[in-house]
Amino acid sequence: MIQANNITKKYGKAQVLNIESLEIPKGQSFGLVGNNGAGKTTFFNMLLDLIRPTSGEIINNTVVVNKSEEWKTFTSSFIDESFLIGYLTPDEYFDFIGDLRGMNKADVKSFLSQFDEFFNDEIIGKKKYLRDLSKGNQKKAGIVGAMMGNPKVVILDEPFANLDPTTQIRLKAMIKKLTEDKEITVLVSSHDLTHVTEVCERIVVLDKGNVVKDIATSQETLTELESYFSA
Amino acid sequence: MISHFLNLEWKQFFRSASFGKNVGIKILMAFFAIIILINFLFLGAGGFFILKKEFPDKDPFVLVNQFMIFMVISDLIFRYLMQKIPVMDIKPMLALPIKKNKLVNYVLTKSVFSFFNFGSLVLYIPFAIVLIMEGYTVAGVVSWTFFMIMLAVCLNFTNFLINKNNIALGVLVALLGGLWLAFKYELGNVTGFFGDLFYAVYENPLLSIIGVIFAGILYYLNFKQLSNVIYLDGAVKTENQEVNTSDLSFVDRLGSVAPFIKNDMRLIWRNKRTKTVFLMSFFFLLFGLMFFTMEGYKDKEVMQLYGAIFVTAGFSMNYGQFVPAWDSEHYRMLMTQNLSYRKFLESKWYLMIVMTVILFVLCTPYLYFGIHKYLLIVAGFFFNLGFTPLIMLYMGAFNKKRIELSSGGLTNTQGTSAAQFLVMIPVLVLPIIVYAVVNHFLGFNAAIIAIALIGVVSLLLKNPIMSFIEKKYQEKKYATIHGFKQQD
Repeated sequence: MIQANNITKKYGKAQVLNIESLEIPKGQSFGLVGNNGAGKTTFFNMLLDLIRPTSGEIINNTVVVNKSEEWKTFTSSFIDESFLIGYLTPDEYFDFIGDLRGMNKADVKSFLSQFDEFFNDEIIGKKKYLRDLSKGNQKKAGIVGAMMGNPKVVILDEPFANLDPTTQIRLKAMIKKLTEDKEITVLVSSHDLTHVTEVCERIVVLDKGNVVKDIATSQETLTELESYFSA
Repeated sequence: MISHFLNLEWKQFFRSASFGKNVGIKILMAFFAIIILINFLFLGAGGFFILKKEFPDKDPFVLVNQFMIFMVISDLIFRYLMQKIPVMDIKPMLALPIKKNKLVNYVLTKSVFSFFNFGSLVLYIPFAIVLIMEGYTVAGVVSWTFFMIMLAVCLNFTNFLINKNNIALGVLVALLGGLWLAFKYELGNVTGFFGDLFYAVYENPLLSIIGVIFAGILYYLNFKQLSNVIYLDGAVKTENQEVNTSDLSFVDRLGSVAPFIKNDMRLIWRNKRTKTVFLMSFFFLLFGLMFFTMEGYKDKEVMQLYGAIFVTAGFSMNYGQFVPAWDSEHYRMLMTQNLSYRKFLESKWYLMIVMTVILFVLCTPYLYFGIHKYLLIVAGFFFNLGFTPLIMLYMGAFNKKRIELSSGGLTNTQGTSAAQFLVMIPVLVLPIIVYAVVNHFLGFNAAIIAIALIGVVSLLLKNPIMSFIEKKYQEKKYATIHGFKQQD
């Protein structure tokens, strides 16, 4: 589904990303971990054509992302709060995303109804603008927005941060359900090793822009990661 | 401790967003600040002589005292509307080991040095100097000036006491109106009474102590009030904006641009800065009045033409010049969505077109100034309908300055760069050149037709031009994303 070939990103002399080859097959739940500055967000931004690679290319379902915009029809994402339109209410935001993804009002409504529990009655129908919501609730709205319109690829940067324990557990279930049928590819980055090993069937560790580990998740993965990061 | 606070003040001032701006903007802002200051100085120093000239049989100083009460109440109303106690500044310090009393004192002391109080200093001191030069007693003038400055401080603290209390505002407005009516219809001797009060301070310098006493009492009252509410759910609360949702489904008829137009309408109405821009465009309607009637302007054809173009250009110029920076905060999100630049840009275009038409309709009263002037406005309208929105959108492709919507109104200059001044040139210069040339060779009628024609032709060529603009935006995409991420 996603193929990265020889991508590098340099700012002046500093190299922030250098991935020779990385292939993510369709339907995989893919986890990206690494310390601050490892290049996780840079990689996601590149995948979304928000920054250009210094060299190399990323192919998303046969589309070269910086050549054509076709990938936008089947890719959705939530990177951070700047992906929300602060002056809209959550309802209006979902309607807007729905409009862009070819859903009418009724579609949006029935889609959202499955998230009642996730939203915990704090998002929908509340007279508040997105910019006035708490960090956690902003995140919830953004994540659900990224699941609208039957995307084939879902990209979530640090989805667990700022969420309360109940929501973290629900989110894990949601991500697992997404990849259940092996139709939707999900890319997640996280600082929480437990969550990411629980949700992802494959984990890649980045360090200073390089892939240093590429693990198929198993019983021992968490220990392996913990010992890597404590070294 | 005080040195800590002073240090913070210093850093806050020099590291504030307005200091991070580029040199051009700094110079421009300094320029405006100096102009305002000079105006105040001039008013302070020249006020005496102006009054003397206008009312030769009266003592200007007595006159000033007589009307001082109106100044005082207006000042208080103005403060009520504009001035806020700088209490949010202490939020980061609430959890630090600093006594609450100190924080309250800090906030209150800080408020004394606000711009609102500084203004009266610039006004009264030059006035006082002139008074002394004109032979008024030094002791009297000094104590009067001192009293006035204390009065400003009193107003400063009074404002915080009545803050957010609409009844207080009502009382003030009623008081102002009532006193004015009483003065106008000579019910009682309003000006005489208050005039004597203020004049008494001049005659009896010791009375200025009253100002200090009042300031002290008010400070104490503020101190007590504030000490009780320095909590996160009290005075130090971030305000959430009241949501206003209105049904915009009538826009849906416009088809695939509808979602963007709805967003843009909400954008304009729900953010301070965009609201200011929106209301500003109606203010531009008055430019015609200014250019058509003012001495020195009304016989210059070029000025007339400026007026005629400004009246319908207000929205396109003020709003259009910051496209796409209005969406800078969530620009990255838009770029990952399944949307075309075309739709995004077209919604801005629609808005500008609709607003230009509305402004044009509102221009109908200008018929009063004769058909000649009105035809100029019509020509300007066509120009603004076809040409202005497209050039604004085109220039927007080079716009890389972030705007944070939630902050500031009039004084927020985020997103301003040299490009904003450049963009004005074609809109302001092109019609003048066309007018001058065609008018010279073919006469007035041909000239205004030519100006209108620029607009009509641009309108007819809208689709190819839009495609060209769209391409420019695509080329600049990464630079724009990068630029919009930079916070200043």
